[in-house]
Amino acid sequence: MSTKSLKARHDVLAQSNKQLEILNGGLFEEGELPFFKDKIDAIGAYPLRPKKLEILQINVGYMCNQVCEHCHVDAGPDRKEIMTRDTMELCLEVIRNTGAHTLDLTGGAPEMNPDFRWFVEQAAEAGIKDFIVRSNLTIIRANKKYYDLPQFFKKHNIHVISSMPHYTRGKTDKQRGDGVFDSSIKALQELNAVGYGMPDSDLRLDLVYNPSGAFLPGNQAALEADFKKALKQDFDIDFHNLFAITNLPIARFLDYLIASGNYEDYMYSLVEAYNPSAVASVMCTNTISVSWDGWLYDCDFNQMLGLKVASKIKHLKDYNEEVLNDRDIVISQHCYGCTAGAGSSCQGTVA
Amino acid sequence: MADTYYDPADLRKFGKISEWSEELGSKFFDYYGKVFEEGALSAREKSLIALAVAHVVKCPYCIDAYTKDGLQRGITKEEMMESVHVGAAIESGATLVHGVQMMKKYDKLSM
Repeated sequence: MSTKSLKARHDVLAQSNKQLEILNGGLFEEGELPFFKDKIDAIGAYPLRPKKLEILQINVGYMCNQVCEHCHVDAGPDRKEIMTRDTMELCLEVIRNTGAHTLDLTGGAPEMNPDFRWFVEQAAEAGIKDFIVRSNLTIIRANKKYYDLPQFFKKHNIHVISSMPHYTRGKTDKQRGDGVFDSSIKALQELNAVGYGMPDSDLRLDLVYNPSGAFLPGNQAALEADFKKALKQDFDIDFHNLFAITNLPIARFLDYLIASGNYEDYMYSLVEAYNPSAVASVMCTNTISVSWDGWLYDCDFNQMLGLKVASKIKHLKDYNEEVLNDRDIVISQHCYGCTAGAGSSCQGTVA
Repeated sequence: MADTYYDPADLRKFGKISEWSEELGSKFFDYYGKVFEEGALSAREKSLIALAVAHVVKCPYCIDAYTKDGLQRGITKEEMMESVHVGAAIESGATLVHGVQMMKKYDKLSM
């Protein structure tokens, strides 16, 4: 497993246009597989249009303490793209006026942004109802300065959504790095200790499962039952829900698929698993993704592919929700990842 | 034509068998789909049985399919290998139990 991002390795796949060439070429260009556009056009869903905006997903920076093999952000300790306080001020202005009820903070490891706590406090004051932080868990144990994060999350009633690829050490460490499993278990126990994830607790703790390889997630409810049983039995850990999220073929996961000779089969699997009933509920229909430097995207994946929203409003500084919501959503073949099987979003299955 | 009997890419063409016999093909796939639904046995248990049988009938397509299916269901490699051993044990047992026939025949033919 590499300890550097594609960007630091100067890998050609660090360039979003190269990723798009792959996603638009090959099997699709040759007509072996249908373009996503044609697939949704067949059910009258093209162009894909937003519904009511519900979630503002803000990526506060690509820096992370981990270098996970499947990361669509290509995050890592070497990534220096970090949201500044000035850009956060722009976000707060939007938060004060938005119709969205949920603020979803992601990264990288969002907690590594030096203004993370300040931003959370300000956003809480601005009246956000549902507050999500996507925490990789290990950050809580990475350095003394993060040890009190569980208490901080609790103070602001933050909904914690954490990655946990498997309930066994081997599978977790293979995807996320040596020692990640033990450190994640410790972090989960600490979150439980302050009340997170306990039955009947209002302090929400959900886990995210990403397959650790070139296959799609199985049934979310069945996986949740397996995770609950194993984590309770082996480590006395409680959590609320498990979200099964499909890996999208971009950035490091795309690199892995190509290097391991799995790319074509994976794309076939995604297209074969296409579920038209998932299209109406894909997350780009109710979410706006904001990058560390204030640009607007239909989702975090489009952000990593450099596909800005197709609207006159492309940046926080010009934010106008009404104009922004009147747009066509930008799509490519990676979108099959969100319509496969029971569908996939940052909140798990959708269909 | 490929110059080997098995081509991994043929697995995803499995559905094409219906093209030359629509009725039988669709009856088979309906039946197949129904068999693997949750029932008295869980879909997870059925997946492990399928993996064991895949090895016993030595079907490379089925081995590919049910290894992937197992991964998707979160089945561990230890569980998968145990299921292969169940298949192997039954298969070797099936060979060895014929030893009784051999012994009986031997005794019958011997003075």
